[in-house]
Amino acid sequence: MPTVSMTVNGKPVTADVDIRTLLVQYLRENLRLTGTHVGCDTSQCGACVVHVDGQAVKSCTMFAVQAEGANVLTIEGLATDGKLHPMQEAFRENHGLQCGFCTPGMIMAAIDIVRRKGHNLEERTIREELEGNICRCTGYHNIVKSIAAGARAMSGGT
Amino acid sequence: MSATGIGAAVRRKEDQRFITGKGHYTDDISRPGQAHAYFVRSPHAHARFKRIDTAEAARMPGVCAVLTGAELAADKIGNLICGWMIHSKDGSPMKMAAHPALANGKACHVGDPVAVVIAETLAQAKDAAEKVTVDYEVLSAVADPAKAQAAGAPQIHEIAPNNTIYQWSLGDAKAIEAAFQSAKHVTRLDIVNNRLVPNAIEPRAAIGEYDSGTSHFTLWNTTQNPHVARLVIAAFVGMAPEHQLRVIAPDVGGGFGSKIFIYPEEVVALWASRRVGRPVKWVAERGESFLSDAHGRDHVTHAEMAFDGDGKILGLRAKTVANLGAYMSTFSSSVPTYLYATLLSGQYTIPQIYCEVDAVYTNTVPVDAYRGAGRPEATFVVERLVEVGAREMGIEPAELRRRNFIKTFPHQTPVIMTYDAGDYDASLKKALEIADFKNFAKRKKEAARHGKLRGIGFSTYIEACGIAPSQAVGSLGAGVGLWESAEVRVNPTGSVEVLTGCHAHGQGHETTFAQLVSERLGIPIDNISIVHGDTDKVQFGMGTYGSRSGAVGMSAIVKALDKIEAKAKKVASHMLEAAEGDIVFKDGKFTVAGTDKSAAWGDVSLNAYIAHKFSGQELEPGLKEGAFYDPTNFTFPAGCHICEVEVDPDTGTTEIVGWTAVDDFGVVINPMIVEGQVHGGIAQGVGQAMLEGAVYNTDGQLVTGSFMDYTMPRAHDLPTFSVDMTVTKCPSNPLGVKGCGEAGAIAAPAAVINAITDAIGTEHVAMPATASAVWNAIQKSNGARKAAA
Repeated sequence: MPTVSMTVNGKPVTADVDIRTLLVQYLRENLRLTGTHVGCDTSQCGACVVHVDGQAVKSCTMFAVQAEGANVLTIEGLATDGKLHPMQEAFRENHGLQCGFCTPGMIMAAIDIVRRKGHNLEERTIREELEGNICRCTGYHNIVKSIAAGARAMSGGT
Repeated sequence: MSATGIGAAVRRKEDQRFITGKGHYTDDISRPGQAHAYFVRSPHAHARFKRIDTAEAARMPGVCAVLTGAELAADKIGNLICGWMIHSKDGSPMKMAAHPALANGKACHVGDPVAVVIAETLAQAKDAAEKVTVDYEVLSAVADPAKAQAAGAPQIHEIAPNNTIYQWSLGDAKAIEAAFQSAKHVTRLDIVNNRLVPNAIEPRAAIGEYDSGTSHFTLWNTTQNPHVARLVIAAFVGMAPEHQLRVIAPDVGGGFGSKIFIYPEEVVALWASRRVGRPVKWVAERGESFLSDAHGRDHVTHAEMAFDGDGKILGLRAKTVANLGAYMSTFSSSVPTYLYATLLSGQYTIPQIYCEVDAVYTNTVPVDAYRGAGRPEATFVVERLVEVGAREMGIEPAELRRRNFIKTFPHQTPVIMTYDAGDYDASLKKALEIADFKNFAKRKKEAARHGKLRGIGFSTYIEACGIAPSQAVGSLGAGVGLWESAEVRVNPTGSVEVLTGCHAHGQGHETTFAQLVSERLGIPIDNISIVHGDTDKVQFGMGTYGSRSGAVGMSAIVKALDKIEAKAKKVASHMLEAAEGDIVFKDGKFTVAGTDKSAAWGDVSLNAYIAHKFSGQELEPGLKEGAFYDPTNFTFPAGCHICEVEVDPDTGTTEIVGWTAVDDFGVVINPMIVEGQVHGGIAQGVGQAMLEGAVYNTDGQLVTGSFMDYTMPRAHDLPTFSVDMTVTKCPSNPLGVKGCGEAGAIAAPAAVINAITDAIGTEHVAMPATASAVWNAIQKSNGARKAAA
């Protein structure tokens, strides 16, 4: 069993893992960070999105050993000192979630959209960028609103 | 209206844990010493087997046990059941075939579980599962409901000749014939209501745990109704006496009906936990969900509508073959009968309606209720007939609807339902305004200049929900009552817990139920907890589905609050030394009428438990009251959805350029949450109409077995929705609430298909109306036009 070391939400972690262990399994089962979810087996639903070295990645589609030496950020690492990230706040304010299962992946993907596309996101852009995130509850209407609002808030605007 | 009372768009209390990744879904829970279960499932749609060889698998690393249907039967674990009796026209009962949790001798669909491997890790269980061998004798299969009753079709269950479960009807066969004889115009349609896979993003999961010291089972399960699961697993499956089984539904990630039913996997997880002496955890992989979650819809219908010379509807008749799959799931029999045919009047005055339904077995995954359950199927039939009829008769579609709308209430339909209140003209009028219908022709012309085809489609739907009056459904064959329960516990410090038999899996009850209590008791919403989902904590309840939590669940809370208020006034009267009849309760304060003597809520609650101001003979201490509420009628949300599309004739690609929804849900508790329910329902309806479809090949293989091939709606498939409401209060419950959870899914498919056919000028296009389907419909129609010319 290989040993893998990485930093997760600012903390260095090391473990021996079955080489087949996916990153999402490592986060959920070894580290008990169950906020990242598994919703499919074909890499489409996006419930597993985390940030690896600053980029959104589907953690179901990489092995834990591939994250050797990487900096991993999960939904649990977003709020700092109990203060929510503006994107998290935006989802609550705009009713961007119902059952909550796709939500961690949505929020992590949304933050990455802002990183790549900026703070003034058009509706069409957001909808196209969410190709890799499936929600069954909301019909996306309020998710799009939340992401637009969160993007503005991330720039310090409202 | 207060900032946190009824009608306020209160932000959700439950969001805190979901947006920070601190939800507790079933797979997030790990029990000490737990082992993992992996099911061996039949790769064949129809096969007999005599031997399952488990020896090699049992020797694999980490394996605790490999169990089969033979062991299950030897341990006297009972079969799964369908709880709603339907009789055929000839009076005979439905043919319910045995459904053991692990197949014993015969597999009836691809995915039918035949064995289970319990191992230390999931990976070890999966490795061992590959070593289980089954001596399948493959039989021919039938997947198409239209072929299931044909002579020579493979017989799936001995109890059901011609794979026929029941042949049911509703209405007067002679009267309908007379109505059609007198018609000036008859519209006829052949409709397939396409099979869907619910695909909540959280896959189903179960953890079974047995405590041999207390002989007590605990089940953590992704269920919409923990008490119903407990009752069925205890009393029918015979796992344990009811009082020795605890069922916990923690956070559940979406249900849409698919998590109502009692499935093999939770039964096996419980049984295996006792056999191996360890907690047993099972979580579905998505491909497994496709092969085991109850599918939805799957009707084949021939429908006809008779009109007089003025376009007034004289009658509707329909013959439907409903595919229930390989086994009868928990509520399956009710969906194509009492949840379907009883809505065939739509919003219209229709003197005669006749409906025949044949339910059939096929070698496919069992079919049961999925968001709307029967009502989307009914609405599609009615709204397509009306739309096509309008086009055939040259009457404007909105006008034809108006001519036939029910105008006076209560209205007794010919199909059991009595509609209590509504104003269908009002929703249509508002929807036409919001959709800017009067300028549609202009937009169509403009689109044509760019080579695009614009179309507009209506769906003026109605549904029966707020499920349901117990005596009524009992008389129709239901094995259960459909009331709801609530207990309101006031703590000495004045904070309140509401124990509800409902269960939220996205609907926001922790907020909306608290809004009701906050307004009624005049206390801050943060002082109220809503407790649900644990049979050890909460009294028996029927769960959440059928848009019932507002109409039925909240009505139970109101009744309990009535009792709380009455008791609290008694306590206050002792504290204030006044007659009970002189106590007024308002805004969280008890006042002696006409004086300034008062007591605050928190003082009264404390006194109730300290019990110093009254004797035990005069008044019992405590402030906790329960209620069970049985509705007196279904509720009847209704409305008008208008879909506007733009089709690219070169590719068949359809874009939804506008969606207007005007719904009458009666009184609305939280408009933000209600709109969210409408959005989500529309998305599922659009999914059915344009993207989704569970496809089986002739061997009974599920071709669309993953998200690769089954198209789930994405954000770019959907528009921003324009949602508004009209209000006619529901007269049958204390709050006037009708319910809103399913409406979008019920209304949407007809609106989409009406719009697309309007755009491309064809009579019909099958669902899902993918780009390919639309393009082919255009080619076919062009070809027919060329041939005619």
